[in-house]
Amino acid sequence: MSAPAGTASVPMWDAADQGTYNYKVVRQFALMTVVWGIVGMLVGALIASQLMFPDLAYGIPWLSYGRLRPLHTNAVIFAFGGSALFATSYYVVQRTCHTRLFSDGLAAFTFWGWQAVIVAAAITLPLGYTTSHEYAELEWPIDILIAVVWVAYAIVFFGTIAKRRVQHIYVANWFYGAFILTVAVLHIVNSAEIPVTLWKSYYVYAGAQDAMVQWWYGHNAVGFFLTAGFLGMMYYFVPKQAGRPIYSYRLSVVHFWALIFTYMWAGPHHLEYTALPDWAQSLGMVFSLILLAPSWGGMINGIMTLSGAWHKLRTDPILKFLITSLSFYGMSTFEGPMMSIKTVNSLSHYTDWVIGHVHSGALGWVAMISIGSLYYLIPRLYGRTEMFSVKAITLHFWVATIGVVLYIAAMWIAGVMQGLMWRATNSDGTLTYTFVESVKATYPFYAIRLLGGLMFLSGMLVMAWNVWRTVRGARPVDAPVLAPALARA
Amino acid sequence: MDTVIAIRSGSTVLTFLIFLGIVWWAYGRGRKDRFEATGRSVLLDDDDKPDEQRTGGRA
Repeated sequence: MSAPAGTASVPMWDAADQGTYNYKVVRQFALMTVVWGIVGMLVGALIASQLMFPDLAYGIPWLSYGRLRPLHTNAVIFAFGGSALFATSYYVVQRTCHTRLFSDGLAAFTFWGWQAVIVAAAITLPLGYTTSHEYAELEWPIDILIAVVWVAYAIVFFGTIAKRRVQHIYVANWFYGAFILTVAVLHIVNSAEIPVTLWKSYYVYAGAQDAMVQWWYGHNAVGFFLTAGFLGMMYYFVPKQAGRPIYSYRLSVVHFWALIFTYMWAGPHHLEYTALPDWAQSLGMVFSLILLAPSWGGMINGIMTLSGAWHKLRTDPILKFLITSLSFYGMSTFEGPMMSIKTVNSLSHYTDWVIGHVHSGALGWVAMISIGSLYYLIPRLYGRTEMFSVKAITLHFWVATIGVVLYIAAMWIAGVMQGLMWRATNSDGTLTYTFVESVKATYPFYAIRLLGGLMFLSGMLVMAWNVWRTVRGARPVDAPVLAPALARA
Repeated sequence: MDTVIAIRSGSTVLTFLIFLGIVWWAYGRGRKDRFEATGRSVLLDDDDKPDEQRTGGRA
């Protein structure tokens, strides 16, 4: 069978060759996203409790705050966020390229390899093995495994793009592709370590250079792992769920390149008023301010997709998740550039304001767009038209939203208060407050933060129940590969 | 050192010009329809439709 007449420019379409999409690996990553989300947020709630009740670990070393905090960040970023990115990128690249994944074997390797990385992290971090680089604490043997899995991921993703059946590469794939490519570069440069023993290594960098490499990596982990990949999600799942094309495809092209050209330079804003050269600090601040433009361009492009169909927000809880996540994205990408301004940074840095900012991005943007995308995805992977309970999605939405707002409002107030207390001086130049007085004043806000975090976690438990009821007894479905729309016109 | 500085400045200016070129390319009048068609294409790719509609044209 061939394409109908009049579409000579479209490659010949042979349905018999195509078979089905590989949904198996998408299903595996999608379900593990929910599992790791609960685990990562549970550890978060535990360490939030430890800030209120410091003796909670009863002196057990592997439950101490210093070891569980990196476990929390690694679990939510790489286990929860990473699994969501693998699941959605594999789904989106197949559907928009109208072809099955490049290699089923390599795709399965990325799933089991990534789970092995997560399990290795969950064992070594509580045992106290750490390289000390933030968001890159895993020791060198695990770093090598990550690099191997990531190369396999790149081969599967770009191999699928290469065998696509349409001419144009849809914008979501550009964002996913940039995320995969950049994270490979970041991980390899930032993991340059000299192994001493099996579980101990030293970085090849030292002093201010080490700090700069760390935050070049750290901020671009935010920019490419936690932003570009999830923008890929936005450009596919928001139009699909809204039933409308993206507000401006041309804006999405400019959005992509503006983000790519500017994000790389913003890292030094993590090192203001340190030993880093002054010009590098100012460069980081200026590029952070420029970043407001592409960030808001993308946010507006996503939200305006609903233009003319705003009424859908009233009834569709999945759209509520997606659009609210974009609102939080807009808020935190306004807040970030503001915090990078040196005079603001002198107040905000090292306070809980930073923690509030991170969580408005991580819970409000990253988690909520992932949750919305999964609610779209999971029924389709199991041959159902929607989740078992739509009411439970609405419940999840409100519990999660109120939880995030409580969390970030508490940390804003706590952070500004801490900054003001730390800088206050008496007329003779001595400090007005001791450090422990600022800790004491923060106490009630730690309680509100814990409540907000527990609400977000309980929303995830509602999701787990809903997912369980949706997939239980359902037949996993691998949808047939569709002919591109032009060939079917 | 002067050469290094010249390369740094030159590459900054060059990438900025490339970016302006991308903006011009994206918003060029002749390419509007093609971009908008690409934007619509994801909506045409839908499993929820019955089989005949979905596979229309190659049945």
